[in-house]
Amino acid sequence: MMHRQVLSGWGRYPQKHCMVSAPRDAQELAGLAGHGGVIARGNGRAYGDSAVGGAATLDMRRLNRMLSFDPDSGVLVAEAGVLLADIIDAFLPRGWFLQVTPGTKFVSLGGAIASDVHGKNHHRDGAFGSFVEWLDLMGPDGAVKRVSRRDNSQLFEWTLGGMGLTGIILRAALRLRPVQSAWIRQRTIVAENLRAAIDAFEGAQEATYSVAWIDCLASGAALGRSLVMLGEHAEADELPAAYRAAPLSSPLKRKRRVPFDAPAKALNRHTVRAFNALYWRKGCRGPAETLIDWDTYFYPLDAILGWNRIYGRRGFVQFQCVVPLDGAERSLAALLTETARAGQGSFLAVLKRLGAQESRFSFPMEGYTLALDFPANPTTLALLDRLDRITLEHGGRFYLAKDARLPARTFHAADPRAAEFVAMRQEASLDRAFASGQSNRLLL
Amino acid sequence: MTSETSVPVLVLGARSDIGLAIAHRFAAAEHPVILAARRAAELDADRSDIALRHGVEVTLAEFDVLDTAAMADFAAQLSPPPGIVISVVGAMGDQAESEASLDAATLVMRTNYEGPALILGHFAELMAGKGSGVIVGVSSVAGDRGRASNYVYGSAKAGFTAFLSGLRNRLAGKGVHVLTVKPGFVDTRMTEGMDLPQRLTAAPAEVAEAIFRAVARRRNEIYVRRIWALIMAVIRNIPEPIFKKTQL
Ligand SMILES: Cc1cc2nc3c(=O)[nH]c(=O)nc-3n(C[C@H](O)[C@H](O)[C@H](O)COP(=O)(O)OP(=O)(O)OC[C@H]3O[C@@H](n4cnc5c(N)ncnc54)[C@H](O)[C@@H]3O)c2cc1C
Ligand SMILES: NC(=O)c1ccc[n+]([C@@H]2O[C@H](COP(=O)([O-])OP(=O)(O)OC[C@H]3O[C@@H](n4cnc5c(N)ncnc54)[C@H](OP(=O)(O)O)[C@@H]3O)[C@@H](O)[C@H]2O)c1
Repeated sequence: MMHRQVLSGWGRYPQKHCMVSAPRDAQELAGLAGHGGVIARGNGRAYGDSAVGGAATLDMRRLNRMLSFDPDSGVLVAEAGVLLADIIDAFLPRGWFLQVTPGTKFVSLGGAIASDVHGKNHHRDGAFGSFVEWLDLMGPDGAVKRVSRRDNSQLFEWTLGGMGLTGIILRAALRLRPVQSAWIRQRTIVAENLRAAIDAFEGAQEATYSVAWIDCLASGAALGRSLVMLGEHAEADELPAAYRAAPLSSPLKRKRRVPFDAPAKALNRHTVRAFNALYWRKGCRGPAETLIDWDTYFYPLDAILGWNRIYGRRGFVQFQCVVPLDGAERSLAALLTETARAGQGSFLAVLKRLGAQESRFSFPMEGYTLALDFPANPTTLALLDRLDRITLEHGGRFYLAKDARLPARTFHAADPRAAEFVAMRQEASLDRAFASGQSNRLLL
Repeated sequence: MTSETSVPVLVLGARSDIGLAIAHRFAAAEHPVILAARRAAELDADRSDIALRHGVEVTLAEFDVLDTAAMADFAAQLSPPPGIVISVVGAMGDQAESEASLDAATLVMRTNYEGPALILGHFAELMAGKGSGVIVGVSSVAGDRGRASNYVYGSAKAGFTAFLSGLRNRLAGKGVHVLTVKPGFVDTRMTEGMDLPQRLTAAPAEVAEAIFRAVARRRNEIYVRRIWALIMAVIRNIPEPIFKKTQL
């Protein structure tokens, strides 16, 4: 059954009327797959219009069953609508965690594969897709193909990072990570400027996790000042006695909820500057090494449900690019200088080191990725255009999972793989069958 | 019975959204679960899902509530025997069809009253013999008063409600507890596409949570959402001369 609905991504920008259907099983899904211009939607955490259908959107969240688990190999087979949060809930108590996780646990398995998401361990472990053993992909005719590195390998590779444009992921086999505890040992390095931040990352190639929070309003000599946070899964015997008895359980936290849209002015240069200054000082004063629970470490924002509403009714946009390792300092400095100059505060300014990755259409490549959040308004949209240009000039590329507004020209100029992606879609007659607001805008 | 959590729970009509939600809720509290339904084998993905998420044993059992001749064997073959039996079976049918066709009306009556009452009655006898057990029947607010728009379904639910009430009365003091559940609107396959008022409509998980708690507290009768107790009190008390002219 289809109904009309206003849909958007997590940034609530742009919004679009769309036909939506939430099938209960593969059979019902098969009846919808050939509708034309459809796109699968997971949990709607992509920021822009990747999961908003060209003609119709297929909400996959009812196909959310876990099908099997092999404790010897750690491989879980589950339907695409299962949330990463559910996987953690079910398996962390038994000593398993995700190999790769994005900064929110409220994404679906299908969405994590389609965006080939990266975590704080990309430099060591690669992206989400590295741990997908196979997946079942439904084509426009409703037929399901099992694809893997061995069988139908091209289709498999295009599907990782393919943003739902190669078909509908029905189920997948995902390898989990054995862990001894639910705790992370975190070490914070205070980096007074960009050079120091990069040095901290480069000096921490052995760390399992690394990420930096950047004060994107700092300029001049302090440009790029950051708190670089490294993390390791704590072993059971590294825990204080109080936790050692039940190393795999962590304290239940209360969720808070943003009850209504904030007025558009609540987040402005001054509040962001004040927040950044405070956060910075707190980071500098805090202990260098702490033990924190998995939820606080990996998903600090998840503690506030519906936090996307603090940006007000107009929504917000995220800018995320990756720039090549060679020359990264200069590229990042240019991006940060432009951001600081515009004085448009970004609450979330995150820097990560990405490792090398050979893939057909996934976002990551060796270098540094910078992510900035802005309220959606004409001033910030103009700033984003300037950041696009700087990224292009420095040989960088853009993350589709965060994009809501790139022009097709810019995307194609930054990513020559897009032409092959388009050709593959045409050749396999996938271009009419699967389309999103994003693929229409970017001519994918 | 050892501890309450090890008691196996039998869900009759397990394919329904409410039935699956109930199975998840009890499994989350570490109860082993038996999913009983027509074409039970098709529930294998749900079986593995519940087992994996909650780490409990989940089994499937073939069950047709209309096959009354097979009921005794169905109950006898379950091992271990369930300590909590929950029937979610029901069918709204189509009122106009039920008015026009005796067969259609018969099916609605048998599916909502005869079948569920007989199977729960049978399990209650087995439990009474052992001196312990819990019986849960999912009836409906529609059984509280017959209305033009769905009285065939409503009357069968009324019969089921009365049956549960009598059963509870007889077994009180014999260790067997009987819970009657009266949902108002629930967002399920049965009501898909209907334009239901949000504030009066429960999610299946909400119904499951209410049932789980009501079983733990040995409640006799619950409405989900609770506001329906009030709404139905008002509806039951409208004098018949006025009621017959309303369109509710
Ligand atoms: C707070 C926050 C933090 C984040 N942090 C990170 C991060 O650290 N690293 C990172 O890489 N990303 C990050 N993201 C982005 C997020 O991980 C991706 O957008 C992810 O794809 C969202 O998954 P979803 O299930 O919500 O999918 P949706 O947003 O619903 O869809 C995203 C894409 O996946 C496709 N898709 C979804 N399900 C299927 C399916 N079954 N079959 C085929 N295609 C499908 C859609 O068509 C769409 O193109 C973050 C997002 C938020 C909101
Ligand atoms: N949804 C509401 O608003 C609402 C309100 C009040 C009360 N209720 C009651 O809640 C219960 C669950 O309903 P629901 O909303 O979840 O709808 P549903 O999906 O239609 O559930 C009805 C269930 O009854 C089963 N059933 C029907 N005939 C059967 C038979 N002969 N043998 C075995 N099982 C049979 C169905 O099994 P199959 O899958 O095999 O068809 C289905 O699982 C019903 O008793 C309903 O009357 C619902």
